[in-house]
Parts: sequence; C-alpha cells; structure tokens
Amino acid sequence: MTEEIIIAGFGGQGVLSMGKILAYSGIMQDQEVSWMPSYGPEMRGGTANVTVIISDERVSSPILTRFDTGIILNQQSMDKFEGSVKPGGVLLYDPNGITRHPERTDIDVYQIEGARLSAEMGNTKIFNMVILGAYMKVKPIVLLENVIKGLKKSLPERYHTLIPLNEDAIRLGMKNVVRKTA
Amino acid sequence: MITFEDIVKPENLVYEKTSLMTDKALSYCPGCGHGTAHRIIMEVIEELGLEENTIGVAPVGCSVLAYEFMNIDMTQAAHGRAPAVATGIKRTWPDKIVFTYQGDGDLAAIGTAETIHACNRGEKFVIIFVNNGIYGMTGGQMAPTTLPGMKSSTSPYGRDIETMGNPLKITELVAQLPGTYFVTRQAVHTPAAVRKAKKAIKKAFENQRDDKHGLSFVEIVSNCNSGWKMTPTDSNKWMEENMFPYYPMGDIKVDGKLVK
Amino acid sequence: MGELKLMKGNEALAEAAIRAGADAYFGYPITPQSEVIEYLMSEKPYERTGMVVLQAESEVAAINMIYGAAGAGKRVITSSSSPGISLKQEGISYISGAELPCVYANVVRGGPGLGTIQPSQADYFQSVKGGGHGDYKQIVLAPASVQEMSDFVKLGFELAFKYRIAVLILSDGVIGQMMEKVELFDQMPRLTDEEIYEKFPWATTGKKKGTERRIITSLDLDSHKMEEHNHHLQRKYKTIMENEVRSEAIHCDDAEYIFVAYGSSARIAQKAVDMARAKGIKAGLIRLITLFPFPEKQLQAFCKQGVKGFLAVEMSAGQMVEDVRLSVAGCAKVQHYGRFGGIIHSPEEVLRAMEQQIIGG
Repeated sequence: MTEEIIIAGFGGQGVLSMGKILAYSGIMQDQEVSWMPSYGPEMRGGTANVTVIISDERVSSPILTRFDTGIILNQQSMDKFEGSVKPGGVLLYDPNGITRHPERTDIDVYQIEGARLSAEMGNTKIFNMVILGAYMKVKPIVLLENVIKGLKKSLPERYHTLIPLNEDAIRLGMKNVVRKTA
Repeated sequence: MITFEDIVKPENLVYEKTSLMTDKALSYCPGCGHGTAHRIIMEVIEELGLEENTIGVAPVGCSVLAYEFMNIDMTQAAHGRAPAVATGIKRTWPDKIVFTYQGDGDLAAIGTAETIHACNRGEKFVIIFVNNGIYGMTGGQMAPTTLPGMKSSTSPYGRDIETMGNPLKITELVAQLPGTYFVTRQAVHTPAAVRKAKKAIKKAFENQRDDKHGLSFVEIVSNCNSGWKMTPTDSNKWMEENMFPYYPMGDIKVDGKLVK
Repeated sequence: MGELKLMKGNEALAEAAIRAGADAYFGYPITPQSEVIEYLMSEKPYERTGMVVLQAESEVAAINMIYGAAGAGKRVITSSSSPGISLKQEGISYISGAELPCVYANVVRGGPGLGTIQPSQADYFQSVKGGGHGDYKQIVLAPASVQEMSDFVKLGFELAFKYRIAVLILSDGVIGQMMEKVELFDQMPRLTDEEIYEKFPWATTGKKKGTERRIITSLDLDSHKMEEHNHHLQRKYKTIMENEVRSEAIHCDDAEYIFVAYGSSARIAQKAVDMARAKGIKAGLIRLITLFPFPEKQLQAFCKQGVKGFLAVEMSAGQMVEDVRLSVAGCAKVQHYGRFGGIIHSPEEVLRAMEQQIIGG
C-alpha cells in the first residue's frame, strides 16, 4: 500500500501541521512516511502545500506531480491541483471560498465544511483536524488510535490537554463528510 | 689571558633568551619591532608559567612565520581570520590561554569583521595588534592605518584621504565595545617603551588567566624601516613624530572601564 | 532499535551532531538550512553534552572557528547553503592543506549568485572538483533521506578523523526541508581532554615541557617541501579512492538502462524506475553515496553487464554527468537530464527523458 497525498491551502490553515500529524500517525502504525512542504516566501501568509506519502515500503520520490488524494482548501489550490489527482483518486475539499467547484468525473469528489463546522465548535484552530477526520473517513489508512498516539508524541506535554478537543474535531469531520460524485 | 669560558659562567649571567623563543634566526628586517614584540610576549608567557597551556594564532603578513620563532603550540590562520580561529580554540578549550598576533592589514582591513565581532562577543583571549602603517610582507603597500599623506607603493603620491579614506583607529573603536576588558596602545622602540609594553602584555594575559570578563587588546605601534624606506633610527624618530600623535600611547580601557 | 522520530533533514543533522559527540557547531543562518542552528540553539546541547553552539558573524568566520577548534583536536561541524558555502571555500582550502578533520553540510539551493532558496544540485563541481584553491579533495557524502542526514554525521566524523580530512555532507533543499521517519543513534560521549591528548598528538593543545611544539599550518615557503606535502595528500586521496567508495544499486541486476543519481534526484529516479518497470522497461538506478570518491568501478561493471545506456539525473545543467562519462569511457550511451534553478524534476519527466534520450534516441 502506498498513499500519495497533496494537502494545499492558505498559510495559517494548518496545512503543514495536518500533514505532520498524518505522517506521525503513519510512523505509529509502522509505516514509512515522507512530508515535503513547499517552502519559501509563500510560507509567510500565501499559499502552502505539503506532499505526504504513507507506504508499507521505502518511499521513493518525496516529490510528485500525481496524487492518490488531493485535499484542497482554497481556490488557488483547486486551480493548481484538481488536475493532479490520479484517475480513480480522491479529491476532498472545503467549499468555503470556492468559486469554481471540481469538475472532474473520473475521480471521487468529497466535500467537508471544515470552516463552518470549526466555527460552530467555536475554535477555528481545529479546522485542520475536522478536515483530517473527513479524510480518515474517506480513506481509512491511518487509524484514529494511531493519530492520537502521534499527537501525543509530537505535541509538547503542555498541549496534551487539547487532545480530546482534537479527537472531537476528527470525529466531527468523519461524520460530516459528503460524497459529491455519484 | 681571559678566555670565553672564564666569562660564560652562571654567576655572570645578566640576560638569558627565553626558552620560548626558538633558535631560528628571525626573518624580520634588522631594526623591525616584530622581534622585540615576539620576545616580550614569550617572556610574559614564561614568567606566568602558561607555556604548557597556551595556543597562539599567527596571521598573514610579516609575522606569518611567527610560529617558527615562538616555541609554543601555534596555528597559522588565513588572512584576517585569526580572531575567528582563536574563538574556535578558546570556546572549545575554555581553560587554555589563547592569543592572536596580527598586523594592521590583517586585523584592521581584511579581518575587520572578525576583529570587531570577537571583541564584541567578549571572547576571553588576547589580541596583540602590531601597527606599522604599511603592508610590509608584500612590499610596502598602503595599510588601513597608513597616515594621511604617507607614501606607499599603492599610494605613491601620499595617502589622499579624499579618495583612499582615513587611517582607521581600530583600537579606539574596539575600546567602545562592551566586550573588551582591557585596551591599550604601546610601542617597543626604546627600552622604557619595551618595559611598559611588556607590563601591558602581562596584564592582558593575566586577565585571561584570571578569566576576566572580556577580551584584552594590546596595540603595539611599530616601525617598518624597509617599507618606510628609512634607516631603523630614522624610522623610530619618524614614528614618534608622526605615528604617535595620530595613535597616542597609553591605556584606553582598563578593567572594563574607559580611561581615555 | 534507536529512538524513532519524525524530523526534517536539517533537524536530524543537528540532532546527530549532538549525538555524535561533537564538541562544537559554528554557523551562520541561511535558507534552506537555518533549522540546523535553530534546532541546536533550542536543544541546549551545552546542557546535554557540553557541546558549544555559536552563531558566527559570517560563514567566513564560522569556517575559521572550525579550523581553529579542529586544529586543537576538537570534533566540530558547520553547515550552510550554496552562497554561504562559497564563502567558506577559503577555510576549506586551509583545512585541507593543514589536514584537519571536520564535517560540514551544504543544503544546496539554486544559483549562481543569490539564486533562489529552492532545491538544487548545482554545487557538484564545487564539491568534488575543488571549490577552494589548490590540489585538494574532500570526502563528499550525498544523503538521500532524512535517515542519512543523521547517519552521515556519524560516518562523516569517523572518516574525517580516520583520514584527517574535511567531509562534506552534500544535501539539498528537498532533503533538508522534508520530514521522514528517522531512527536516531544513541548518544556517543564527547572525548575527554586526556583522550584528545592521547589520540591526536598533532593537535595544538599546549606544548608540554620537553616535547616538540605542534604547528597547524598550510604554509611552506620551500617549494620542494610543498611538493612533497602535495604528494602526501595525493597518496591519501588515492587510499580513500580505494577504500571508501559507497553506492547503492537498485534493480540493476537485469537492467538495460540505468539512471545515475544522488540525493533527492536519486529518490525521484527510483520512482521513475518503478514506473519504467511497470511499463516493461528494464530500468535500474545506481545511487551514488560518495561523490568523492566517485563510484567509477561500480559504473564500469555495468558496461560488462551489457547495459545499453545511462541517464545522469541531477538538478543542474549537467555536472555529475561528466564523471559518469569519464567512468564508463564510451562503453554505452550517456545522457544528462535535469531541471535547475530551483525547479525539481518529476519522476514522469525523468522517465520520459530516459525513453526519449536513451531508449529511443
């Protein structure tokens, strides 16, 4: 099994940290992982994207142009990456701020209203965890227990009290993800 | 008849070369101040009993071969980098005694950044700065400390400050930095000056030995009779008349406090 | 099994420096490798092992701090990225001349000049053909994973002290910035003063009475002595060429077409091999781990095996490809493919280049 994912959105949406949590979860279930960010000036407030690969085998190229899954969180990223999802792959997106919805019919498109749901929970910081939950529902590759383990390992001790909140957000995402293609 | 053996007896000994100078003949021009400066540094190290614990850093310039004459462990540095090399040694061997020996081109031109930052960080080593206002090794080119109007092979009509800039008083400059603990300017052209300079060098090494807070910086204004194209005696006279007014003798900062 | 962590390549290198028992890191920040000094500063290695970390005023000063400390027998490391590595070349030449052991990393970005902060492999010539002045070589290790960013620090110090030579870890923005699983090796103790005195009698640690003084220098005004010193250096480099070549062959046993690559390009080419095999093309990859010494014999062996062509894949206009050509000496077709200036080639592009330039060309 090899899962190649692109997560793309605005800086500040938690794109990179969501990728990191995914990668950590992969390690927790004894898989090989890589996390390759776009870096540079665009880190500071512009668009941000990260390629995450989870595999049972040694990861070859950490740089890809085609992905099994695209997680797309703003319009610029939709324009840039809709075409990069492999035929038969998954495109998961948040409709907030999207003016042109995905048009492809050879992939499975899912929607998660992460921005709205996290705002309703009163904490927009857990936006990326809602998205992560939606992804985990669509592609059950990393298990919730391993995500929690990964969080415990990657977060400083003082933030461990926030783990239940993150878990709630993941569950919320799992519950609310909607399939848009037939 | 009195023989050589009759005279050379321990009880007749009035002066002995320090064992910390090698027997190799100095490569410096006759009349140059470098030899004296070398000797008094080595005497200080011997008198303070620091030789087994001292690492010197030689520069690029006339004293590039200082390690041939100083009978202690030494590292030869790239041009201007001696304070960085000394930082590397002192930071990893904080209990050792470390010093650099640098000329004006090395310390005040190509190595200005290394000099200022080592001083500003308060590195706990000694810098001996020999300023003769000229590049001696490469044949008498203009130095950052060459005086206005002074001739050199790259200022053959005299240093024109409009186009060539002003002589750099780097010693006054580093004295302003909080990282320097002791800053002084000395000379080695008369017995009295040598005695004072040696006292200053001793104080600098004592500061380091006693782990005083900051860098000790000793400038020695010296002559370059070859580069200045004078006899040694004339060059010393010229130095007193021209260099000393621009580079005045004496302590500038003592125990971390400005005294001038 | 050692501690498992998800780390950036730059962080793994920094952590490995602490664990390898380094005495000091001297460096200056530059993208894309600033995480090295940031990580070290936040880890407080002076509390963990007594290791010194100092942010120098420039790369020039940093490499000279390395020169000073290495000459005094200490285990020291620095890192930078391309423009900063250019500044360090003076020091590297002196270190090579004076035969001092040290490890330094170049997390390469696109050039020339200020270039770009994006990944590149355009510093190959600088790394293996000199960079500074004079006839010298350094051992060049090319990590292709975060794991190797850690492992090569340890290996680098071993080689540096075995041969009294500078060891360059030639990384790039991809390997430096990406995160992967890394198994950290256990903490090694720093050498004690007594161990340094005993192991490195050449080091300037203070002249004991009745012993010869030690001099660290690269200068000898006597040309005959300098020629002899150069002969000595060349003999040492030859020993290294005979004993320290490292490479990894992937799917090469039955390969007709071989990608030659190092670092992140090797990872990309590995994906291209998988894609080629899926299409029925017998492709393989030789991943170069040491760039000096260059795996010349390993490449020559493929000639006997009947390989039809080599594609050198590197993020440069074609630098390593010259050494590939010299090694295989016309036995098979050799071509270069690579994007540069900060653009990273994709596995698809690399495979297409193999099909068009080697197989179909």
